[in-house]
Amino acid sequence: MLLTIGLPAAAANAQASGDEVAELRQMIIEMRDDYERRISELEARLDSAERETSRAKRDAGEAYELAEETAIQQTSSSSSPNTFNPAIGVVLDGGFADVGAGWEEIPGFQPAGEIGTGETGFSPGEVEINLKASVDTRFFGNATFAIVEEEGEVELEFEEAWVQTTALPAGFSVMGGRFFSEAGYLNDFHFHADDFVDRPLPYQAFYGGRYTVDGIQARWLAPTSLLFEIGTELNWGGGFPATGNAETSPGAYSLFAKLGGDVGASNSWQVGLSHVSADAVDRAGGHAGEEEGGLFSGDSDLTIVDFVWKWAPLGNPTVNSFKLQGEYFMRSEDGRFADLPYDGDQEGWYLQGVWQFAPMWRVGLRHDMVDADNGPGLDGTELEDPGRSSRRSSVMLDWSPSEFSRLRLQYTDDQVLEESDSVWYLQYIMSIGAHGAHQF
Amino acid sequence: MTRVITVLLALCLPLSANALNVFSCEPEWAALMEELAGDNVEITLATTAFQDPHMLQARPSLIAGARSADLLVCTGADLEVGWLPLLLRRAGNPEIQPGSPGNFMAADYVRRIEIPTNVDRSQGDVHPQGNPHIHLHPRNIERVAEALVDRLAQLDAANADSYRANAAAFLERWSDARDRWEERAAPLAGMRLVSHHRSFSYLADWLDLDIVATLEPKPGIPASGAQLSRLLEQLSPAPPAGIIRAPFENEKPAHWLSDRLSIPVIEMAFTVGGNDEATDLFGLYEQTIAMLENYRE
Repeated sequence: MLLTIGLPAAAANAQASGDEVAELRQMIIEMRDDYERRISELEARLDSAERETSRAKRDAGEAYELAEETAIQQTSSSSSPNTFNPAIGVVLDGGFADVGAGWEEIPGFQPAGEIGTGETGFSPGEVEINLKASVDTRFFGNATFAIVEEEGEVELEFEEAWVQTTALPAGFSVMGGRFFSEAGYLNDFHFHADDFVDRPLPYQAFYGGRYTVDGIQARWLAPTSLLFEIGTELNWGGGFPATGNAETSPGAYSLFAKLGGDVGASNSWQVGLSHVSADAVDRAGGHAGEEEGGLFSGDSDLTIVDFVWKWAPLGNPTVNSFKLQGEYFMRSEDGRFADLPYDGDQEGWYLQGVWQFAPMWRVGLRHDMVDADNGPGLDGTELEDPGRSSRRSSVMLDWSPSEFSRLRLQYTDDQVLEESDSVWYLQYIMSIGAHGAHQF
Repeated sequence: MTRVITVLLALCLPLSANALNVFSCEPEWAALMEELAGDNVEITLATTAFQDPHMLQARPSLIAGARSADLLVCTGADLEVGWLPLLLRRAGNPEIQPGSPGNFMAADYVRRIEIPTNVDRSQGDVHPQGNPHIHLHPRNIERVAEALVDRLAQLDAANADSYRANAAAFLERWSDARDRWEERAAPLAGMRLVSHHRSFSYLADWLDLDIVATLEPKPGIPASGAQLSRLLEQLSPAPPAGIIRAPFENEKPAHWLSDRLSIPVIEMAFTVGGNDEATDLFGLYEQTIAMLENYRE
């Protein structure tokens, strides 16, 4: 009974489970379709998200580039008429001096212009105004004026005015106008760049401080990795030891050669050999334009040997550095002085060392001397043989709070004259305007 | 850097006439030139990583080096203002004068930061054209590389394809490296540091570092005792992670402050060759980030 009842029930059950399986299968198919749809939806969304991201990245990149371009254009272009103003640099150079008896002439030497110890007291010294810029693609121009007061008169001194080529090939360049000669290491430095208040004695005796050429200079730099440079200058002007003349041929010429390089990273050096030959006609000495004493006519031949050596640890002068420089001058003059026959030889040299012992602080020592052997027969003139050499020893200490300012204390044991003297200077050198040049 | 012909090794021999002679003012541009030109150039390098490119003199070896250069690659933006104009006038070389194709100034091609609105030396040795230490931002390297390869191709058309291929390969490696560096350096953001001079401003700009002070009271003005005492007082309540300095900067002020604040002096390479790891531009960046990671708070 149970069985007969059970069989149809089982059959009914089987029928029911067959329906369920079909139903389940149907559900599974639906679910699979649903998932597949969802997955492909998700995939599509992912795709578009990726596209969005890459577009956003590209946009961001482009925006960055655009912002950079704009910023670069803004920072590199500034256009106004004064953009073309030349670089203007002004140097204020003055101070206090206690020179003792002081001197304006060196015994045995014809006075060569503005030389000597200066006067005791405070002096605003010299205001130097320098203008420089490229003229065009072929020339560079430079002019320097100095404003000084001489015995109550304000004077504008015309120190330099030159143009130099920048486009000549093969290492050549030509300069014309008024310029400081390259004969002698120190000569083409401005006074305010010196390491001591005053020029060494040979510069004062042989050049009147410095040798200025009114004429042309041509120089050639060899294509070597060691610096080798030669040049010549023709001078029509009256810069001591030359005399100005109205001739078409120059009154003086000079030749110079330089050789220089590095030793390791820490050392740099340069040596130079120069010659200045002047054909002087009625060359006068004197100060501040006043002509006094004898006149010289004849040949003046000056030879200079110079060297400079600079050291800094790994070439980095931030904390310590050292500079040693020296020059030897040898001159031979032959002709007439104060209407007397004159054939004399003079020589001079200086040696100086400057040690930067801490940032901003330097100390320097210098010894300089000149000696004249002018022969007999000139007694009573400026060239009367003094029978002794003139010499000095100086020590200086300077402090440079920045690249643009310097304060200097200098003491000199001065034996230019028979009687030795103590000379003190307190000097300030301040640069305003254009950045000065770091000349070697 | 083996191919870099440094002036200090040079003997009195004429420079090679075959390759392009390049005069590079700073090591980073010499390194970039190596990436772009490889054996096609001979490089004269004016400064090492141990020399302040602002304080150089127009010394004889540099004048001689500039004499034979076909291309001058410098930073510009007044970084070399004290010596480069004089050097160019002394070099007697029309190829590299300003305005010539052989005169390349990297800073012309990047976005400069810290451009002063008021230029007066009471603000120190300010650069009117902005901070010139541009090479520690990788985007700047990219921009300079792009401009430099154009210039190389212009000057040496025969090898233009090789320069462009080198540049493309370099820029690809560089942008991959940049992504990697940016990811790696993300935790450095906000790191507080003192620097000696504003030598690391572009690095700080890139990695979002916080340079809270400089040891120099004003750019180019050496740190004084008064300035250091002021910094000590100012930074004592919350000392920064360290003091970063370039190899050529005076170490004394950094060590003085570091001792008193008990924070490290982080000796950065600053440029290629600044230490043993910074042998090329990639090494420089890797090393720069690694140094900062070492000292992260």
